[in-house]
Amino acid sequence: MTIDRIGGIALFLLAGYVAFETRVLPLGNHQIPGPGYLPLLLAVVLGFLGVFLIATKKNAPSFRSLKWPEGIHALALVACCFFATFAIEVLGYRVTMLIVLGFLFGVLERMKIWWVLGLTLGLSFGSYYVFNNVLMVILPRGGLGF
Amino acid sequence: MAETLQNLLLGFSTALTAHNFFYAFMGCLIGTMVGVLPGVGPLAGISLLLPSTFGLDPTGGLILLAGVFYGAMYGGSTTSILMRIPGEAASVMTCIDGYAMALKGRAGPALAIAAIGSYVAGTISVVGLMFLAPPLARFALRFGPPEYFSLLALGLLVLGYMTGGSMIKNLAMIILGLLFGMIGIDHMSGYFRFSYGIVALGDGIGVVPVAVGLFGIAEILATAGNPLRPDVLKPKLKDLLPSRQEFRDSIFPIGRGTILGFLIGIIPGSAHIISTFMSYAVERRVSKHPEKFGHGAIEGVAGPESANNAASCGALVPMLALGVPTGPVPAVLLAALMIHGINPGPLFIKEQPTIFWGLVASMYLGNFMLLLLNLPLVGIFINFLRIPYRILYPIILMFCIIGVYAVNTSFVDVGIMSVMGVLGYLLRKFDFETAPVVLGVVLAPIIEMSLRQSLAMSNGAYIIFIQRPISAVFLGASLVMIFLAVKPLVWKRKDWRERLAEAEKKS
Repeated sequence: MTIDRIGGIALFLLAGYVAFETRVLPLGNHQIPGPGYLPLLLAVVLGFLGVFLIATKKNAPSFRSLKWPEGIHALALVACCFFATFAIEVLGYRVTMLIVLGFLFGVLERMKIWWVLGLTLGLSFGSYYVFNNVLMVILPRGGLGF
Repeated sequence: MAETLQNLLLGFSTALTAHNFFYAFMGCLIGTMVGVLPGVGPLAGISLLLPSTFGLDPTGGLILLAGVFYGAMYGGSTTSILMRIPGEAASVMTCIDGYAMALKGRAGPALAIAAIGSYVAGTISVVGLMFLAPPLARFALRFGPPEYFSLLALGLLVLGYMTGGSMIKNLAMIILGLLFGMIGIDHMSGYFRFSYGIVALGDGIGVVPVAVGLFGIAEILATAGNPLRPDVLKPKLKDLLPSRQEFRDSIFPIGRGTILGFLIGIIPGSAHIISTFMSYAVERRVSKHPEKFGHGAIEGVAGPESANNAASCGALVPMLALGVPTGPVPAVLLAALMIHGINPGPLFIKEQPTIFWGLVASMYLGNFMLLLLNLPLVGIFINFLRIPYRILYPIILMFCIIGVYAVNTSFVDVGIMSVMGVLGYLLRKFDFETAPVVLGVVLAPIIEMSLRQSLAMSNGAYIIFIQRPISAVFLGASLVMIFLAVKPLVWKRKDWRERLAEAEKKS
């Protein structure tokens, strides 16, 4: 299976999903188009483009030829992003960043402990000071006041 | 002419105030750093700085962010010449001859010509922006919803064609972006669309989390595990001066690159990247010694580096005159204006002369500052390249989170950024372009509103789009674009877009 065909299938499925979701939105008519009018129109075009990719891109590189050397790092970073999403308002910016940066420097990159401590504390508290106090960009504090 | 000069005077009186001068300097400095560091493009840089401009007045904020945009074009050449790694995508073509010159011990002159070319192109294009944007804005006052819809449809088709790679895939990405842009409350009916009960999605998906996710996070995901970077060549200050012959050989490439870059910059698409490719191709074609290209021809540095600076300035023309962004970076700049409560559009220049002319004047000053920053201080900037990437990428991630969270102080935006990061990473793996997605998100509300208003005006008759002359011209141009896209399928020839994609992959 080529990467373009996989892309085409994904686009076709997405188009089908969008079309299915627009069933709850009024379509309106040509005179007064409703909120579902353009999304449905776009879903139809997207589905058509997906089918076109499936039908024509048989000479694209195969899926097996894709290399994922950065896979572990990428997975860890995605986990950090989602952790930060849910923790930033619960634990506060500084504690969240301590955990995220500590994990990246200490666990993923296996840096020496003094480097990890210095970078983690310096960056999380330093960036909070610069943005929150100097640039007046409000960053969240958690339940512990941090 | 007299009116323009009077307005320019107003601009300089704004740009030369102590705080605006400082913001222009900071923008240029940060832009150069952003350009020097591979993996942090101008888009990510501007998005991350956006929250810090909330406390500034709109003029200062725009001057700062625009400085990052054109400053990054200067900085991008440094890594291309010294390491053969493009600091940002627009410096890809500079890698070829710039690095070849560096290997021959001519890194200094290559850097100097890149900086001088960028300065000349940047300054001349500001003149173009100054004279072109106000009449274009006056012309756009004639536009109604059908004209806007046709213009945006044309813009998106041009974007699909000019972005490079497969046009079908680019169109699919534009539609994906438009669908993302339709999440939230429908402004005409009040219906919630695709928001799944999440109240924060009612306002829709912001351009900043989408842009930072697709460009910033996706870049880190793709590069974080890579092995160590190659050694950095460090030129001495005394070696920077080009020879008389090198100067002479660069004059015309700089001139041609400036004109080409500015004109391509106005067109939607990844203009600053395309302009460098076009400029390189033109220089090779007109050269008496095309065999020198690829082995250290100074024209191969002067042309593309002038073109990418001119293109970054050209891209501001439709953004400031029509309120229509031509690429992801102008889209974020537009978002910055809207955050400050300013409505972009044809009336912007008339209603906000201080901001427009202040920006224009700051760009004259900024280009001069960048020349000073990039020549004597190049040795300092390349020290940034000595920071190991394993230290750098967690810092970039931290700035991404700060930048995105601070726009709306919402963790939902950080979640959107994370999802977009994963999406951007997968799209890159599967050879899809991500810039059209960002533009789709920005243009979705305008394009939908214009379509529905046009249909309401014509009682549901689509013929309104060809009955009105300006709209018909735009649609005619769209048909030409479709023809150009279909042509290589019929004539089975590699067109310039495929060659551009190959060149980008090679470097």
